[in-house]
Amino acid sequence: MSVKEVICILCPFGCKLEVNVGGGEVTEVKGNRCKEGIEYARHEVFSPERVLTTTMRTLNPKAPLLPVRSDKPLPKGKLEESMGVIAKHTVSAPIQLGDVIVSNILNTGVNIVASRSMAKKS
Amino acid sequence: MITKEVDLAIIGAGPAGMAAAVKAKELGLERVIVLERAEAPGGLLHQCIHNGFGLHYFNEDLTGPEYGERFIKKLSAMNIELALDTMVTHLYPDRSIIAVNSEWGEFKVLPGATILAMGCREKTRFQIGLGIPGSRPAGIFTAGLAQRLVNVDGYMPGTEFVILGSGDVGMIMARRLCLEGAKVNAVVEFMPYVGGLIRNEVQCLHDFQIPLLLEHTISEIYGRDRIEGVKVAKVDKGEIVEGTERSISCDCLLLSVGLIPENELSIEAGVQMCEETGGPMVDEYLQTSVDGIFAAGNVVQVHDLVDNVTLDGERAGEGAIKYIDGKLKKGPREIKVLVGENINRVTPQKIVGPEEVELLLRIRQPMENVELAIGEHFRKKYRVLTPTEIVKAVLKPSDLAEHFESGEIKVSCRSRKKGAGQ
Repeated sequence: MSVKEVICILCPFGCKLEVNVGGGEVTEVKGNRCKEGIEYARHEVFSPERVLTTTMRTLNPKAPLLPVRSDKPLPKGKLEESMGVIAKHTVSAPIQLGDVIVSNILNTGVNIVASRSMAKKS
Repeated sequence: MITKEVDLAIIGAGPAGMAAAVKAKELGLERVIVLERAEAPGGLLHQCIHNGFGLHYFNEDLTGPEYGERFIKKLSAMNIELALDTMVTHLYPDRSIIAVNSEWGEFKVLPGATILAMGCREKTRFQIGLGIPGSRPAGIFTAGLAQRLVNVDGYMPGTEFVILGSGDVGMIMARRLCLEGAKVNAVVEFMPYVGGLIRNEVQCLHDFQIPLLLEHTISEIYGRDRIEGVKVAKVDKGEIVEGTERSISCDCLLLSVGLIPENELSIEAGVQMCEETGGPMVDEYLQTSVDGIFAAGNVVQVHDLVDNVTLDGERAGEGAIKYIDGKLKKGPREIKVLVGENINRVTPQKIVGPEEVELLLRIRQPMENVELAIGEHFRKKYRVLTPTEIVKAVLKPSDLAEHFESGEIKVSCRSRKKGAGQ
């Protein structure tokens, strides 16, 4: 049995939730103003996820970086490691928005995709 | 000098200008020119590589570049003349424009209507209060400039950061810098509450264990050639509390201390300005006090979401067409929109027409259980409102009718005490 603190981000209230966890389940949530806070707390305690947005080096000196994003949220604990994988890649134009640059990063089932198009000569 | 006669000229190809151009073209306007200082359209969206854009307008969670590209594509598919690398140097009360670029030299634009869409710029160290005292070493950047360096140009401006201001740009940069391997020692906020969205406080600061110092400010900058640290102090009712100062080391200080609408051209054209917003006074069609000059987006007031800037641009595009078609006759009567209790600012500042009107407003401080009251009839209850978010209120012609008699309508926000009826 342990207590975790989670701030709900679903609305501007930003309720400070006290989440009691026991036996791999949420046993009680305190501090929520609405029901949706409970589900948010469960998700945030057991499987927090974040969309990763960053950049990748290109071979184009006039546009040295390509903005990229994860096409789905990644497990929060994998963000730093994903940054390391992305840092090892370089890309070159032409690139279309949505092109998969790193597929199935760290076996998460999530792809890193281009966040803009880049013409061959830009 | 080359002279270009057009139906509509738009100054700025950021989100507001692009939306205005696309809308005007969609509604059938022939000759539309967009004048843009940068080498590409899109404005600030290029450097805002994070997600959270388009949730309202597209019902999708897009990054800045993704959001921008949707409009850039439309712009280039629509036979809109786009003058890039073009600096507008003058705007006159007859709405004519002088601009310069390397292709046409100095040239003149004679438009049927002009839309101001210049956006806003960042406040510097010397534009907050009395400024931050101390030396002037290298390593002090506005957050938006640092964002451009990191996200577009590929440079890290430092390794160990302090950020002043907890607006969304400041918090988003804090996360970005951590992801790129830097250390963010503190985000310092003058106010007793966070300046940006709760989502960003959690996902940008808490996720990376960055301390948020509320009711604190930076009272001194250390360092000679390069910044070496800052002195932070607690603030009480806007005053530094003596004895609370301490030093935090850093080799880079980012300032995220507010934005100012960019209105040098508007002022030259004689457009009447609004003290609360820092932008032009506009009516519900986004026409300024000067006939045929419209304004949209962050040049009017600093918006919270790009989605709202897009809608603003579209509205100005529609307004400009009505003006060109002679359908925007100013009536003999108008309603002044007055800023009342707990309201920070409202646009439009005046209402001239007979149609439905959408007001955009910001309140002064976070409030729970409140009622928004506009004039005699409009009432709306909210569980929570914060100054970070723009509140929208749609007034029906029936809400407005009697106010044309008095010539004014007041907007206020009051807390709803239990038991105290209407």
